[in-house]
Amino acid sequence: MALPKHASPLERVWHYAYLVICALIFLFLIAPILVIIPLSFNAEPYFTFTDKMLSFDAEGFSTRWYDLLLTFGMLEPEAPRDSSWWADAWANAQWIQATKNSIIIGFFSTILATTLGTIAALGLSRPEMPGRRAVMAILISPMIVPIIITATGLFFFYSSIGIQDWGIPYLGIILAHATLGIPFVIITVTATLVGFDHSLTRAAANMGADPVTTFFKVQMPLILPGVISGALFAFVTSFDEVVVVLFVGGLDEQTIPRQMWNGIREQISPAILSVATILVVISIALLTVVELLRRRSEKLRGMSPG
Amino acid sequence: MTDIAQPLTTADGKPLKGALLRAQARARRRAFLLVLPLLAFILITFVFPIGQMLYRSVYNDGFTWHEDVTSGDRTPIMTNLATWFEANPPGTEPDEAAFAALAADLVTLRDLKAPGQAGTRINYELSGSRSMFTKAARSAKKLEPPYKEAILELDKDWGNPELWQAMRGASSSYTTNFYLAAIDRERDASGSVTMVPENRQVYVKLFTRTLSLSLLITFLTFILAYPIAHLLATLPLRHSNLLMILVLLPFWTSLLVRTTSWMVLLQSQGVLNDTLVGLGILGDDGRLQLMYNRAGTVISMTHILLPFMVLPLYSVMRMINPSYVRAARSLGATSWTAFRRIYFPQTVPGIGAGALLVFILAVGYYITPALVGGADGQLISNLIAFHMQKSLNWSLAAALAALLLAGVLLLYWLYDRLIGIDNLKLG
Repeated sequence: MALPKHASPLERVWHYAYLVICALIFLFLIAPILVIIPLSFNAEPYFTFTDKMLSFDAEGFSTRWYDLLLTFGMLEPEAPRDSSWWADAWANAQWIQATKNSIIIGFFSTILATTLGTIAALGLSRPEMPGRRAVMAILISPMIVPIIITATGLFFFYSSIGIQDWGIPYLGIILAHATLGIPFVIITVTATLVGFDHSLTRAAANMGADPVTTFFKVQMPLILPGVISGALFAFVTSFDEVVVVLFVGGLDEQTIPRQMWNGIREQISPAILSVATILVVISIALLTVVELLRRRSEKLRGMSPG
Repeated sequence: MTDIAQPLTTADGKPLKGALLRAQARARRRAFLLVLPLLAFILITFVFPIGQMLYRSVYNDGFTWHEDVTSGDRTPIMTNLATWFEANPPGTEPDEAAFAALAADLVTLRDLKAPGQAGTRINYELSGSRSMFTKAARSAKKLEPPYKEAILELDKDWGNPELWQAMRGASSSYTTNFYLAAIDRERDASGSVTMVPENRQVYVKLFTRTLSLSLLITFLTFILAYPIAHLLATLPLRHSNLLMILVLLPFWTSLLVRTTSWMVLLQSQGVLNDTLVGLGILGDDGRLQLMYNRAGTVISMTHILLPFMVLPLYSVMRMINPSYVRAARSLGATSWTAFRRIYFPQTVPGIGAGALLVFILAVGYYITPALVGGADGQLISNLIAFHMQKSLNWSLAAALAALLLAGVLLLYWLYDRLIGIDNLKLG
């Protein structure tokens, strides 16, 4: 990208203008996400930087909204913060309940999506797979079909089979979220299987390994980075999904996004921003993990650029 | 030398051709069996529910069947009227026999406590008619011949030919009327298809708005993605990986978080307006209204969908050999010509992939328009949700969903033809 020595003045001007434009676009991409972090420490219930915040006055900042997240819904939020206070928070605070639900739903739907998705990706990446293109199109379609259509379809389907009465909590949402997460697993795992050297499995079979052993000893270690990043995608999809939960979730099945959705629709308070900040921190962590995995996968498959 | 005439065989003497075919069939079966569980899962939890929902767009038995909530028994309703409709062609003036049939059916409705259900079904086509049914059913037992006068006595709207047309349409469980309604059309008294009055034309306008806003958003993402994808593709990998994080972080951040941040930024008392006022660009009373309108939807959706444009563009640009542009320059092309004639045409596949993906995702967007769109930033998905949750006209919601789905699947098919689903990449 360095400018050649013979560049004309006009080209020089354009080059720097181009860099400025790029910087502005990157700012557009990242600023909205970063701006909520300081705002979540606002001492006032406003969504903008107060004068005190701008002059870095300590009084302008507080963690009251994070505190509100803990106490909201508690029986005795004012009690001294001993072990019984924490027990109360653990049992009653609404955001903590939502977090628990989100994690349970996310965990099981991820397990389901990753298991089914990985096995299917193994089949899909074989050249002998009949009707590969059509099957692939069906399996990826949950990512493409508008979420509102999926949610309405599931709403009617679940009420016609009475899934709420089966006695398995969250079952409907878990199945739906697994469906939504599957395309990501398929995409990431098939991507790691591209260029997979099939003579490795043949060699394993040649030496007497049965298909299951071959899978766990030869294929699995090689595709593991893809499987894990697919699983992370599936988890994030579930962790962030609100429309299906709104349509098919029972009243007690509150999740973090649903709670946020209600908060935004009714009375948006900076407490939402503190949730958002926590979620941003989580997504930074997840992104780091995925990036590391991707590099590891490239190295494993000998595709590393160096 | 005689061996050549003989068919090739495997070690145990079977014909080689057959053995190969069998082995291939086994490999095919094995591959298919690996995919089968997931395929079955998706068919049951995804394809079937959607199909079932779409069935509602052509099937509505509100005016033909009553289902008891507790026992689940199904009883046919409005049978007398249905018989009359069968015997008389559309547009026939309802005679005494017709009203007698109606009176008899109203008695059945009353006994089943179902006038609300039948009225609701007619109400979808002709608003205000639900109460006519509940009212008439209440006095159904007292009706005496001549029925025509007796019923018209209750409410002279019972003579409305449009009402009779609506009942004729509803007397069969299968109907295309919801699709007509979804494109702002209805059947008039004689049964022919006409446009609804202008003040009720909402859906075509909304479809057009969804398409035009999605096009605008796709175009904006293209304008914004092109320069940074180019920068990322030309920088050395060490730097571009760092910058790539700026693209991927929004991609990994919760959709609700990104929408929330845009609400914070765009509010009239929000960061953006405060900054502009603080810099003296705007007066305090001239704050921009950027949220709860179309601008809010466009700005936040452009931001949210931008990574979907950057990633395919980047992966295409990365593969472009820089020596082509250098060759063009050395042959005397200006940098603009080299870009226009050499570089840009090579990026077209990436533009196509990104644009199709962004457009497909944009037409079905629900959450962001619902939160920042206000009244005139709503898209078709929001209307489907409205009919699902508020007006409870599920058949119309299904018809709108079917139209939206048809459009999306067409684009999806196009995407598969042109780009191939295999080439979908996630960072």
